[in-house]
Amino acid sequence: MQEATAKSEAKETTYREAVREAIRDALKRDERVFLMGEDVAKYGGCYAVSKGLLDEFGPERIRDTPLSESGFTGAGIGAAMAGMRPIIELMTVNFSLLALDQIVNNAATIRHMSANQFGVPVVIRMATGAGKQLAAQHSHSLEGWYAHIPGIKVLAPATLEDARGMLWSALEDPDPVLIFENVMLYNMSGTLAAEAGAVDISKAAIRRGGGDITLITYGGSLWKTLAAAETLVADGIEPEVIDLRSLRPLDDSTIMASVRKTGRAVIVDEGWKTGSLAAEICTRIMEQAFWELDGPLGRVCSEEVPIPYPRHLEQAAIPQPEKIVAAAKAALGRE
Amino acid sequence: MSEAAEKPHLSRAHAIELLRHMIRIRRFEGSCAQLYTQEKIRGFLHLYDGEEAVAAGVIPVLEARDRIVATYREHGHALVRGVPMKAVLAEMFGKREGCSGGRGGSMHLFDRATNFYGGNAIVGGGLPVSVGLALADRMRGEDIVTACFFGEGAVAEGEFHESLNLAALWSLPVLFVCENNFYAMGTALERSEAETDIHQKASCYQIASEVVDGMDVVAVEAAARRAIRQVREMSKPYFLECRTYRFRAHSMFDAQLYRDKAEIEAQRTKGPIIRFREWLDSNGIVHEGEVAEIEAEIDAEIAEAVAFAENGTWEPVSELNRYLYAEGTA
Repeated sequence: MQEATAKSEAKETTYREAVREAIRDALKRDERVFLMGEDVAKYGGCYAVSKGLLDEFGPERIRDTPLSESGFTGAGIGAAMAGMRPIIELMTVNFSLLALDQIVNNAATIRHMSANQFGVPVVIRMATGAGKQLAAQHSHSLEGWYAHIPGIKVLAPATLEDARGMLWSALEDPDPVLIFENVMLYNMSGTLAAEAGAVDISKAAIRRGGGDITLITYGGSLWKTLAAAETLVADGIEPEVIDLRSLRPLDDSTIMASVRKTGRAVIVDEGWKTGSLAAEICTRIMEQAFWELDGPLGRVCSEEVPIPYPRHLEQAAIPQPEKIVAAAKAALGRE
Repeated sequence: MSEAAEKPHLSRAHAIELLRHMIRIRRFEGSCAQLYTQEKIRGFLHLYDGEEAVAAGVIPVLEARDRIVATYREHGHALVRGVPMKAVLAEMFGKREGCSGGRGGSMHLFDRATNFYGGNAIVGGGLPVSVGLALADRMRGEDIVTACFFGEGAVAEGEFHESLNLAALWSLPVLFVCENNFYAMGTALERSEAETDIHQKASCYQIASEVVDGMDVVAVEAAARRAIRQVREMSKPYFLECRTYRFRAHSMFDAQLYRDKAEIEAQRTKGPIIRFREWLDSNGIVHEGEVAEIEAEIDAEIAEAVAFAENGTWEPVSELNRYLYAEGTA
């Protein structure tokens, strides 16, 4: 990849536009790529991500599907096995439950079970997360479930660079990659280098350096964690914030290097606490860095209830900066 | 292609070939059942006994470039397609010389060389994949047919309906072959479906369909020729329902409490091999001695396959994690 040059222009963009630009770029680069999903074409995408792409690329490559999540996800898997590079948009993680059979029983197993005769180079994108008052069935954060499954890779772009760059890397991967886009990020705006492109998808990123405590998070919770970090700084605590970026595989080395430095960690995860990705990360830290810890680990997850509709209850159910601050202070013994 | 070309040329050689396919499956699976009781084959073992005319009638009509998606009852399909018997049996033994490296077993035969996209062990799970294979071919303008085999139990699954709709909506070259053996494991068709005339379901999706006596290999082949020609020439799906019967249990664990022995015996007398042999015999096409020769050849092939599987090697445990992802990536 080319280094950004000084004269290159940074442009104002949104997360939504960054994802769209990534899809457009992929369609231009590789004729095997096509986008398929519910309302991706005429409607322009439930979250307006694919708006305008139908006119540019036509109905074969921007393909509206019926409401048949298992059917079209399986069709993407089959097309990938036959040499195409489909991008499947599953509108939201909530609907992905209807496609679990295809993702878990086919996409994740076929390379291993066929002893490498067939691979499934499909990319499956979906929105995830709560915060739009959509109530219990439309507010899931189940990316941790998918991260449980060997044979797939799971990405969670939290920044504009990753929204723009992860898709092409995922398409170049010979195996199935799931990309979770947090619904609260689509409107996030900022600047992005004009020549922004593919990014490495194997490493976690340190979004803020610090030596007192490690805050580990991903996706929509990154921004809440960074907000919490600002509050902590005001209290004289310097947190290090890790954005996992890839939920499977997990980048243990970045996590452990930070924890060894700080001796303390809190994991922030919008999934429910029981059986969560946060639990997995805690366990890995215990397994790999226990003797370097200076105190018990902490977790900020969603409350163990279906996400409610009214705003005050919804917000109370999911991680918030105040909870992260409290958990970090508790981990530091500074309550 | 004229209509006449769709009638099987039942030359002597062709008749012998059809008979050979069916006897080969039957005798191979008879050995598999024995090997199962000897604990050489473990896990689930679903035998095709009684249904051989479907694979034997359909698969030879496909071209080498065509694709096949099958179910967990797919030994016969793999054999007719040309997956070597020894690789199929070694797979069932779990040996690395198996067609899936020993990792899939009886229910997951894969073979890239013959475009055999696996036995799928989730009922209905192969149908969406077949739609995708055909979608890729359609998008590239390739003249390839994907044949998707499934049992009548699959028609109760949502994936069946989603797949038929997608294939019709997008005009995809899929041949849906329903092997209707009238029992979804132990549940009789009339106890699970409101509409038991299965092929009628295709009409809801504007898919041309045909029902054929799946115990009559010549009828199956004739129907397959019509169907495959249509799929290939028109790039449209076609639905072929083959009515057949499973003589053995659903799997080796099945005590068959759900049907009478008398029913099975009655069906056996109408089996695809008996019927075809009687017809060949009465028309003086194939004689007893020739059948005995075919059987002897097949038995020798089976013996060779058993020895091959026995002598196969176990994949070292150190390779357990291999091919979880493509080599060279995480």
